[in-house]
Amino acid sequence: MSADTVTITEELVQEHGLKPDEYARFKELIGREPTLTELGIVSAMWNEHCSYKSSRKHLRGLPTSAPWVIQGPGENAGVIDIGDGLACVFKMESHNHPSFIEPYQGAATGVGGILRDVFTMGARPIAALNALRFGSPDHPRTRHLVSGVVHGIGGYGNSFGVPTVGGSVGFHSRYDGNILVNAMAVGLAKTDEIFYAKATGVGNPIVYLGSKTGRDGIHGATMASASFDESADEKRPTVQVGDPFAEKLLLEACLELMASGAVIAIQDMGAAGLTSSSVEMGAKGNLGIELDLDAVPCREEGMTAYEMMLSESQERMLMVLEPGMEEEAQAIFRKWELDFAVIGKTTDTLRFVVKHQGRVEADLPIKELGDEAPIYDRPHEPTPPRPEIAAEDIRPPLRDSEALIALLNTPDLCAKNWIFEQYDHLILGNTVQTPGGDAAIVRVEDGPKGLALTTDVTPRYCEADPVEGGRQAVAEAYRNICAVGGRPLAITDNLNFGNPERPHFMGQLVGCIRGIGEACAALDFPVVSGNVSLYNETNEIGILPTPTIGGVGLIDDCARHATIGFRRDDDVILIIGETRGWLGASAYLAEICGREDGAPPPVDLERERAHGGFVRAAIAAGRLDCVHDISDGGLAVALAEMAMAGNMGASIDTLPDGPSHAVLFGEDQGRYLIALPEDAAQALIADAQTAGIFVMKLGRTGGDALILPDNQAISIEALKQAHESWLPEYMAAEPA
Amino acid sequence: MRAAIITFPGSNRDGDVARALRHAGAETVAVWHAEDSLPPGTDLAVLPGGFSYGDYLRCGAIAARSPAMDAVRAHAASGGLVLGICNGFQMLCEAGLLPGVLMRNAQLRFVCRRQHLRVERNDTAFTSAYAKGQVIDVCVAHGEGNYIADPDTLSRLEDDGRVAFRYCDAGGELTPEANCNGSLNAIAGIWSPGFNVLGMMPHPENLIDPLVGGTDGAGLFDSLCRAKADAA
Repeated sequence: MSADTVTITEELVQEHGLKPDEYARFKELIGREPTLTELGIVSAMWNEHCSYKSSRKHLRGLPTSAPWVIQGPGENAGVIDIGDGLACVFKMESHNHPSFIEPYQGAATGVGGILRDVFTMGARPIAALNALRFGSPDHPRTRHLVSGVVHGIGGYGNSFGVPTVGGSVGFHSRYDGNILVNAMAVGLAKTDEIFYAKATGVGNPIVYLGSKTGRDGIHGATMASASFDESADEKRPTVQVGDPFAEKLLLEACLELMASGAVIAIQDMGAAGLTSSSVEMGAKGNLGIELDLDAVPCREEGMTAYEMMLSESQERMLMVLEPGMEEEAQAIFRKWELDFAVIGKTTDTLRFVVKHQGRVEADLPIKELGDEAPIYDRPHEPTPPRPEIAAEDIRPPLRDSEALIALLNTPDLCAKNWIFEQYDHLILGNTVQTPGGDAAIVRVEDGPKGLALTTDVTPRYCEADPVEGGRQAVAEAYRNICAVGGRPLAITDNLNFGNPERPHFMGQLVGCIRGIGEACAALDFPVVSGNVSLYNETNEIGILPTPTIGGVGLIDDCARHATIGFRRDDDVILIIGETRGWLGASAYLAEICGREDGAPPPVDLERERAHGGFVRAAIAAGRLDCVHDISDGGLAVALAEMAMAGNMGASIDTLPDGPSHAVLFGEDQGRYLIALPEDAAQALIADAQTAGIFVMKLGRTGGDALILPDNQAISIEALKQAHESWLPEYMAAEPA
Repeated sequence: MRAAIITFPGSNRDGDVARALRHAGAETVAVWHAEDSLPPGTDLAVLPGGFSYGDYLRCGAIAARSPAMDAVRAHAASGGLVLGICNGFQMLCEAGLLPGVLMRNAQLRFVCRRQHLRVERNDTAFTSAYAKGQVIDVCVAHGEGNYIADPDTLSRLEDDGRVAFRYCDAGGELTPEANCNGSLNAIAGIWSPGFNVLGMMPHPENLIDPLVGGTDGAGLFDSLCRAKADAA
């Protein structure tokens, strides 16, 4: 497949995912017919995955700055200042399409890619999280996908040596044909030793580092920019293969090289590999790039320029080095037994020139490949508002205690030990809060500071009302960080949606972004990095809108944090925040009543902020150590989780006004449950009243059962049986 | 106590064990796998956890043939202390310094969880800070920790009292549920005939701090530092 023997036909253009008008625009830009390699390059740069062409217009509205933000969106990862000369570097990214086709490698390389984004900036990864969505448990493929994805995430992260400390997992039939694998990585760097992708200086060497280039992953980014049909399996060759061992070596070699002062700019080869990394480095630095592909280390013989430029082989990096430091750099890479090759140089031509075997295979304007990628203002329809559902209109089909047991045994609310026990969550010895709490806590080096980390989104709210759902996703991340005692600092967003060419799905994207923006602004919780995954659609069925929020907060002293388990006998249990008994779009309505309708609970951002600040201050002051936020499944599920985590029961004698099932299972926002000794409780109640925050006594801890009003007692053992049995039993069962 | 921690390509708990040793008062030196000798004055050689060479071929098999392992072998032969944790235990078995083999976990999945261990004896350089029969709460994180040996080897290990730790429940009972990987006789760690080489799957190095899960792992490192002090 040589460049000069291939005629560019309409069909070929279409196969590359370019629309006729996009291709016409490209031809106009270069003033001639492109070569095949050039067509490949532009298809890689202008696809949805790399260019954000459908979302960019809307993403511009998101708040991205705050005094503590060092680097917002647009780099490999976001960077925030956490004091003491340290920065936290983090990002979340999806690997949805590949994980559906080949779950182990898809998920593994998703983890690999996001880790690379973080250490490319000079940060050592200290934690990984993820957010996973699978299809209905009854779908014949779901068990295989859960098993493969979990195995892949563990296989990569465990070997690389980063603790996987948290995440969320959900199931819904709308993900039957498109699962979601969103991986987040968090790293630490010194604030004055952050590395960027922007190339500087003319004539500086461009160096290829890491693993060799093979034929895997060609067109991966294009595949991730299209919908699926029955032939999705045929796309398996576009999935990359991960090698966490090579990545671990790459990490150590890169950090060692960065410390040597040889690195001017660095970019990892992720989606669209060599093409995207070199174009981005040049375009950001207003420089041209000239590559000589003869020098690229290849895994296979006879690779063409086209294949090399589009390969997505993993564990590769591109750097611009200080001239004259090639030898020192090479010695470091030889020590780590990795490939090192000078493959080009920076130029002052603003052209992207690719040579292979003495022939110019591509000669394109570099700025236009990135900056002048098409941007669309796609038609979008708002989701029609759903009617509110009055609690009185929902007849409870079960007694409250039965409903609680049933909810704890559902795929979404059950214990996820089967999953997180396959992730090494303890390596590095800094995991203060392991998976299962509201947010994970990872100590910063030897302390006393710590980071509070969480991933959140409630897709059924986003489906019901994208704007409210977007607000809620951010608010829940905020709440989870406050609940462990952290000060929420910034988020990364991973926006997973259906086909943007359908106005309804585009409307969901626009609505969710609006909601996220409103919440970020109101909570001083800016977006510093993110990723958009569209075309999550199979045979015209799109996923639930799923804007996953990865939140990062700072704890000044790790010794002062809160956990969810009840700690002491006879503590007073208080609820912070008002309960109206909002059942619309709730887990209770879906799982117990079999209805997925109704408006979702509204988020009052002002109260969210006030309640979060109140809880956080009490924890930081050492007055509070047992807190749980109230989310899916409402008050009853939160109480049960506190009882199970602490192995201690509770007796609830008062509930907020309203029908008991609505009060116990409603999902009103902005609420926390706390438990503390009598004297401390009295003081806290007084403070809450002064601050105008609603607080109410519900009961006391103690015993070996959770006792709801009307003497509905459930033993901790029964709670645990319901909570812990679903997932292992499901995974052990033979596929139907 | 001067501890040499060998770093192989793919080692990833080398930093954790160095921290635990320093916490106990030891001096630590990092040794690259390509070195063919240990630093002068080394009391303890440590083979840390991780995925040396990606666990490709077999866990620990490639590392067992590296130059630094010859130095470790010589150190052990002259009575020096050697500690292999997790991947390090796998290397010791592959290198022939300990008998038996670590197979894939019986449940065929990686397991990371808190784990109780029963300390089988406390008259050794590695366990003197514990009581005999004490139950300690540490953690495991491995995919291949299922200890297997032929019946003769197993009975020799048992007869010589060379089982260091066994997987147990909180009460010290050896139950099937407590055996996290299916190991024969619930074996979590064993000694060489001279009791100077210890291989173990669990990670005491991650349990040295009350804020991060507890301090039950610290006893192992305290014992080692105490052994050096007593010998001096």
